[in-house]
Amino acid sequence: MLKCSIDALNGVFAKIAADATLYLPTDKDGSTVYAEWSEGVELSNALNTAKSPKDFFFPQVEDLMKFKVEGKSISVDDIRSESEDFVVFGVRACDVRSFDILDRVFLVEPYDSYYASRREHGVIISMACSKPAETCFCRTFGIDCTNPGGDIAVWKTEDSVYWNANTEKGEKLLSKLGLEECSDDAVNAQKEKTEKIMSKLPLAGLTTDGFGGGKTLDLFNRPEWKSLSESCLGCGTCTFVCPTCQCYDVKDFNTGNAIIRYRCWDSCMYSDFTKMAHGNNRNSQVERFRQRFMHKLVYYPENNEGIFGCVGCGRCLAKCPISMNIVKVMKTIGGNAE
Amino acid sequence: MNTRKEPLIPTVGVITDVRLDTPDIKTFRVVTPDGKKAFDHMPGQCAMLSIPGVGEAMFSITSSPTNTEYMEFSIKKCGCVTEWLHQAEVGQNITIRGPYGKPFPVDTEFAGKNLLFIAGGVALAPLRSVINYVRHYKDRYGKIDIVYGARSKEDLLQYREIIEEWSVDEGVTVHLTIDREQEGWDGHVGFVPNYVKELGFDTDKTVILCGPPIMIKFTLAGLTELGFVKDQVYTTLELKMKCAIGKCGRCNVGSKYVCKDGPVFRLDELDELPNEY
Amino acid sequence: MQKITRDVLVEKAVSLLENGSVSCVLGWKKGEFDYDITPAVFESKEELVSDFIFDDFCGANFSKYLVQKTRKVEGKILVFLKPCDTYSFNQLLTEHRFDREKVYAVGIPCEGMVDIGKIKAITGDGISSIVCGDTIKVNTIYDESFDINAKDVLLERCINCKSKKHVAYDELIGEEGEVIESNRFDEVARLEAMTPDERFAFWQNELSKCIRCNACRDVCPACTCEKCVFNNPKSGVENKAPANEFEEKMFHIIRAFHVAGRCTDCGECSRVCPQNIPLHLLNRKFIKDIDSFYGEYQAGAEVGSRAPLVNYTTEDIEPCDVFERGND
Repeated sequence: MLKCSIDALNGVFAKIAADATLYLPTDKDGSTVYAEWSEGVELSNALNTAKSPKDFFFPQVEDLMKFKVEGKSISVDDIRSESEDFVVFGVRACDVRSFDILDRVFLVEPYDSYYASRREHGVIISMACSKPAETCFCRTFGIDCTNPGGDIAVWKTEDSVYWNANTEKGEKLLSKLGLEECSDDAVNAQKEKTEKIMSKLPLAGLTTDGFGGGKTLDLFNRPEWKSLSESCLGCGTCTFVCPTCQCYDVKDFNTGNAIIRYRCWDSCMYSDFTKMAHGNNRNSQVERFRQRFMHKLVYYPENNEGIFGCVGCGRCLAKCPISMNIVKVMKTIGGNAE
Repeated sequence: MNTRKEPLIPTVGVITDVRLDTPDIKTFRVVTPDGKKAFDHMPGQCAMLSIPGVGEAMFSITSSPTNTEYMEFSIKKCGCVTEWLHQAEVGQNITIRGPYGKPFPVDTEFAGKNLLFIAGGVALAPLRSVINYVRHYKDRYGKIDIVYGARSKEDLLQYREIIEEWSVDEGVTVHLTIDREQEGWDGHVGFVPNYVKELGFDTDKTVILCGPPIMIKFTLAGLTELGFVKDQVYTTLELKMKCAIGKCGRCNVGSKYVCKDGPVFRLDELDELPNEY
Repeated sequence: MQKITRDVLVEKAVSLLENGSVSCVLGWKKGEFDYDITPAVFESKEELVSDFIFDDFCGANFSKYLVQKTRKVEGKILVFLKPCDTYSFNQLLTEHRFDREKVYAVGIPCEGMVDIGKIKAITGDGISSIVCGDTIKVNTIYDESFDINAKDVLLERCINCKSKKHVAYDELIGEEGEVIESNRFDEVARLEAMTPDERFAFWQNELSKCIRCNACRDVCPACTCEKCVFNNPKSGVENKAPANEFEEKMFHIIRAFHVAGRCTDCGECSRVCPQNIPLHLLNRKFIKDIDSFYGEYQAGAEVGSRAPLVNYTTEDIEPCDVFERGND
C-alpha cells in the first residue's frame, strides 16, 4: 500500500497528466461530470458522476468510417486512429464492474476495434466508496464498494489518499508517482466503517433471487410488466445514464463531400429500436420496457456465466422522469416480491 | 492508426447483373471490384449490404455456396435501402460484409434425410441457397420436395430456374401454388398451408419452412396434423439488425441474437425463446 | 406543505370507483424512498389504499397520459389535476387530443412541489426518510437530521407559479385559487440583456450537456404528435444523438418552435431533464415574445382559444419590426 497526503494529491495528478490525459470527476454547474484534469480542476467530493464513465470506451457518438461516392463508384476510407493513452481517476466499484460487462460484449469475437483500442490505452484508477447513497445496491450484484477493481485502487480519507495496484498496468503507473509506503490500517478502518453503512442502506436486502439465466419463460409472461411499464415515457434516460447499456445504432451522415458512417447509443426503450420496413416485433411500450430489464436480469446472465447486466449504481433510480427503475422491477417480480 | 481487424468496415461490391424476378423483387448479382466472390458462405447465411448515405441492411444470400463465381441476393422493395437498390443499375457499387449467422445444418442434420422445403413469396430467397446446395450434392440427401406458393404466377420468384432446372431434376419434386385462379395457370390454386395438407407428406422428412408469419402459423398446424414434430422443422428469422455481430442489441430475442445465433432455428429451439420474433 | 391530504383524495377516488362513475384512477404511486413517486393507474380500492400518495413530491403532470389512456380504457378515467396541470389539460382539449367525455377531472389545490435535487444539495446522499410539511424533515443513514423550509427547495416552476386557479375540472376539492403575478420572465429578461455572444455561450454551455434522451419531448404535454419529426428517418435530423455540434442545439430549438404558442409553461421539461438544462427558458422566451407582439396570451387558459400564431389579424406585428428587434 502506498500513500500521499490530500494536499499532495494535485501534485500526483500533475505527474499522471505529464504522460497521459487524466480525467476525473469534478463539479460543474451543480452536477458532477468527468473532465480533463489541469491545474485548478478539483476532484469532486460527490459519490458519483451523473453520467457513467462508459463514454471513455464507448462514446455516445463516434465516427466509424468514411465513404466517398462518385457516380456509381464507392470507396471506403478507414478513418480509425489508435487511442491516446489516458487515465481515468475516481471510478467507483460499480462502474469498474460495468467495464467488465461491456468487455463481454465488445471484446468477444469479432472484437470491436474502436472499443479495444481505448480499452488498451486506458488506465482505470478506482476509488473506494465511504459514503454510499440510499440509491446504491451494488452489493446485490456481489460488488464490494470498499474494495474496487481497476488497474489501481484508491482510498481517500480525511487527510490522505491510499493507492494499491491491481494490475501490471497499474503497477507501472504507480511506480512513477513517487508515493510513500504505508500500512493498510487506515484503509481497513475505513472499509469497516463503510461496511456497517452498507448494511444500513434501504436497498441492502435486495437480492437477485428469481432472476438469472434460464428464467426467460417464467418471467417474460408475468402480468406485472403491464403495471410496471404503465407510465413509462419511452424516453432513453435510464439507458443513457446506465453504465452497462451498450445497444447502439449505426447511421450515415452526408457532410456534402463525404458520407460518414457513425454509431451512437441507442435505447431499446425507443419506439423505432426494432422497427423494420415491414413491421416491428416490439410494438408496445410494455414489450420494450420488459426487454430492457429481461436483458439485464435474465438474458445477459444466461450468456455470461451468471453475471448480471446491472451494477447497482443507482443512476436510473435518481434520473428516471417517472421514478420507475430496476429495483421496483426486482421487487415486483422475482424473489423479492412481497 | 488502429490496425486491428474491424468487422463493421465493409468492402466494396459491384452489381454485375440485375434481374426483375417479380413485380417487386429483383435479384442482384454481386462481386468484388476485381470480379471475384466477396467471401465464402454456407446456405442460410446472410450479408450486410449498404449504400452509403442510405443505410445498411441484412439480406440472405440466395445463391448457393457451390456457385464459386458470384453471390446473388433476391430483394423485395419495401424500405429505404431496398427502394434505392431497386433503381440501381449494373456497375453500381455497394458495400458488402459477411457472412453472418448460423447456416442450415446441411452437412450434419440434413445429411441422408428426405427434405421438404416449404416457402411463400420472397421467403424462397433464403431457401434457394439450400435447395441448390442439396441439388448439387444430391447423393448426400434423400428425396427432395419443394412446396412453393405466391400471390400470382408473376409473384413466383426464380420461376424459370424452378421450371427449367429444379422440376426436371431427378429426385426433386416441385409443387407450385398460387393464391387465386389466373389465366394461363393450370397448376394448383390455394394457400400454401392447405396445399401442404392436401399433399399429405409422410413424416420421414426434415422440413425447411420460411414465409410470412401467418403462413408459418397455419403450415405448422397442418404439419402437426400430418404427424410432424417440432425438432423436424427448421426456419429462418428476420429481425432488425445493425451490427450483424451480436453487439448492437437490436435482434436480441431472449438470450439469442438472431444475427449470430440465428437466423436459422429449429422450431423446438424457438419454443425456448419468448414469442417476440 | 400540501393542504389537501392524501386520505381525502383516496376517499374521493374510492367512492367514484365504487359507484361506477370511473373505471380507473390516474394518480401518484409511492416508491422505494419517500420522494420517488411514479404516475400510476389504480383500478381497485386496495391499490389506492395501499399505494396512492399525495405530498410535496407529486410534481408529475398527468394530462399527457390522457391521450393514450383514454383510447385504451373502457369507461371514464379519474384524473387529479393541480392548477398548472389544468392548463395542459385544456390545451390538449383545444388540440382535440383526447375525448373529454372519457375523463372525470378533479381539481386539487397545490402549495408548490419540491425538488429532490435541491434537498439532496443540502442533505447530501443517504436519505433514509423525508416527512413533508412547511418544514421538511429529512433523516439520513448517517444519523443526520435536517429541517428544511419547503419554500427554499421548490421546483423552479413552482417558485415562479403562474396560477393557483384551476381552468378545468368536473369537481374541485378545496378552494379555488387565483392567477398569480409571477416573476417567471425575469430570467428570460436577464438572458435578453446579454450580448449575443454571451447568450450564445450560455446556450452552448447548457445544450452541450444534452444526452438526447428525449425525456423533455416524451414528457411534454405539447409534444403529442403520433409520429415525432425526429423519429422520421427521412427528416434528416437525428433523434438519439447529435450528428454534429450544430444538431446539438437544433433539436431543442426545433422543439421550442414546434410548441411555441401551445406551451403552457408547465415546466415538465426542466423537471425531468437528467442533465438539469433549464429548457423552460426557451419556451418562456417564446411566451414572453408572443405576449409582447400580440398581447397577453396564456395557452390552455380556455378550451378552443385561437393562439395568436395561428390567428392572423391586421394588427399583427410586421416581420420587419421583429427583425429590427433582433438587431438590438
